[in-house]
Amino acid sequence: MATQLLASLVDGLLIGFVYGVAAMGLTLIWGVMRVINLAHGAIMALGMFGLYFLFTGLGLNPYLALPLVAVAGLLSGILMYTLAVQRVINAPYLSTLLATFSVNMMLIGVGTAVYSTSPYNVDFGLGSLALGPLTLPYSRLVAAGVAVGVAGALYFFLYRTAPGKAIRAVANNRSAAELMGIPSNRVLALSFGLGVMLAAVAGGLIATFFPFTILSGNAYQLNSFVISVLGGLGNPLGALIGGLILGLLEGLVSVFLPVNWTPVIEFGLFVLILLVRPSGLFGARR
Amino acid sequence: MSRKLSSLLSLLAIASLLAACAAPATPTTAPATQPPAATAEEPQATVPAPKTLVIGFTASQTGSQNVASTGQLKGLQLWMQQVNDAGGIKLADGTLLTFEAKFYDDESNKDRVQELYTKLSTEDNADYLISPYSSGLADAAAVIAEQYGKIMITTGAASEGTYQKGYTLVYQAYTAAGHYLTGAADLLASLDPSAKKIAIVHENDKFSTDVCNALKAYAESQGYEVVLFEGYDTGATDFAPFINKIVAAAPDAIMGGGHFADGSTFAKQLFDKGVQAKFISLLVAPPEPKFAELGDAAFGIVGPSQWEPLVGYSPEAAQAAGVEFYGLTVAEFVSAYKAAYDADPSYHGAGGYAAGLILQRAIEAAGSYETDKVSAALDAIDMMSFFGRTKFDTSAENHGLQIAHDMVYVQWQTDAAGALVKQVVWPEAGKSADTLYPLH
Repeated sequence: MATQLLASLVDGLLIGFVYGVAAMGLTLIWGVMRVINLAHGAIMALGMFGLYFLFTGLGLNPYLALPLVAVAGLLSGILMYTLAVQRVINAPYLSTLLATFSVNMMLIGVGTAVYSTSPYNVDFGLGSLALGPLTLPYSRLVAAGVAVGVAGALYFFLYRTAPGKAIRAVANNRSAAELMGIPSNRVLALSFGLGVMLAAVAGGLIATFFPFTILSGNAYQLNSFVISVLGGLGNPLGALIGGLILGLLEGLVSVFLPVNWTPVIEFGLFVLILLVRPSGLFGARR
Repeated sequence: MSRKLSSLLSLLAIASLLAACAAPATPTTAPATQPPAATAEEPQATVPAPKTLVIGFTASQTGSQNVASTGQLKGLQLWMQQVNDAGGIKLADGTLLTFEAKFYDDESNKDRVQELYTKLSTEDNADYLISPYSSGLADAAAVIAEQYGKIMITTGAASEGTYQKGYTLVYQAYTAAGHYLTGAADLLASLDPSAKKIAIVHENDKFSTDVCNALKAYAESQGYEVVLFEGYDTGATDFAPFINKIVAAAPDAIMGGGHFADGSTFAKQLFDKGVQAKFISLLVAPPEPKFAELGDAAFGIVGPSQWEPLVGYSPEAAQAAGVEFYGLTVAEFVSAYKAAYDADPSYHGAGGYAAGLILQRAIEAAGSYETDKVSAALDAIDMMSFFGRTKFDTSAENHGLQIAHDMVYVQWQTDAAGALVKQVVWPEAGKSADTLYPLH
């Protein structure tokens, strides 16, 4: 039992890092501009497909393809903000929700038409690391390492660079930031691009060890909601920690209950956090 | 603020769940038709006019059942092309029958299946129906077939439940689900009488659940201990939680799986996690030639198959069994399939062809294409073809259930050059190689 518990918790922890990166994208966008990006799951799926085509089409190592997926995600996010979000950024929540939901439906619709809903698989293995009673696929270890690197890079960007500080300033008080000469619209576009980039990178990482379809992002989007609430909406570090908590929870639940109970427990936690501590375990930080 | 946010997030969660449940509709494909061979001469006054019969069906050209369904579609299309190229079926009264296909993409989705089979039955006026691939989809289609009085030959659909609902026009080409993995338990017993612990992890769909419930009951009756019995959702991609449970239960054998996508992922993750089982047998995925793309992860995996190119069904075997042999031989089917598609046929492809062949035999035996006469001919059918035996239960409780067809079991092994090859390892009488055992 102890070995099973350890193996489950380690597996949960490793996948939790990737969950965390995905949720960081969602929570960053909310934190800066109060927009919930309902195209988050679709973007993750496109990240999976991006990595797949770079791997199969150009023969790129999946991990070398990941920066290209990130850049494509950043540019797509900026484009998406410019076309769909910018005009309704100051409207009530429902308008931005509908705008991103529309983008989601378009992406899923086009993706289904082009790629169908058939499963795709990045046929790339790194082998496994035997560590006592544990056998850990290197792909998951690398994904966790990349996730930590991405989180670190995001923090460096937000706290140590001028554009990052501008993002935090706009998140704190957009009017005041504008008065200080910060071009808030460009900053918002950059923030949205970063959020989408994180979703695409998370999707790319998932594609390195799980098969996927154009609809695969849905489940991870739901996870991202739970994680964002758990970690505190608007707090990227909280999202990363929330991802780890959710991953550990999945590992823990599967030891003692049938695996199908996992979503029940997760969404039970989601409702509980909303009722008891709506600001999340770590509150919102800017 | 927090109350607003709470309400908003609750709405969002509900909306996302709804969006996740509602897969986007894909435009249906244009029906592919096989135009009948043109008859050069005007029919004589005494010769009935030729007739083109419409065969309606759906195929999962997209979605999780895509791989197996595509094989099934190819097999069925090959049958139709061959019959039409040969001039069709000539009835005793001189009527020449040819066939035309009407089919759509069901997206591996039950709701789409029911919409499309209704359309096939009403708007397209299909004369006969062939089932979609998979038990769940076929079950959804069968109720429509019965409702509109259409004969349906099911293929790629093994669950018994569909034939226990009082239907009278639905006929099963495949061996029933209850027999899918029981042979794997027999094979294990023949290899290692000391192996006693089995872990069963299966997809939570109708077919896989039926198969594994039957396996569990059979295995326990044979003295096995089922140390893990758990289902996973259709579309599951992360098997780590199940694999950790399997490792903790330390079974001698792992059995279960579901369909191609999840089964191949399960096999790959069992390999990646270095699971030390002596014997692994999974549903549906291993007999597919595409399974070999898993490389080392495919090695040693056993899978039940409805048919393999190495099976020994022949006119001689039919004679020995006291039944007629109908249609082309195994070698002829394999050769025709390879010529048409430049690929080896899987049992799904063979099943697609067999569905058409069974219908063809029934029409010939009936001497008519009228539903009641063809149905009576299907009730009476008892034959062997390249696909194996075909005979249907005609009792009220199990009408249309397949009762004569047998399974074979394949295992991925390596040839002298180290390439993965599929070998038939069970039943003993028909095997092409010994089972590699234990795997670890």
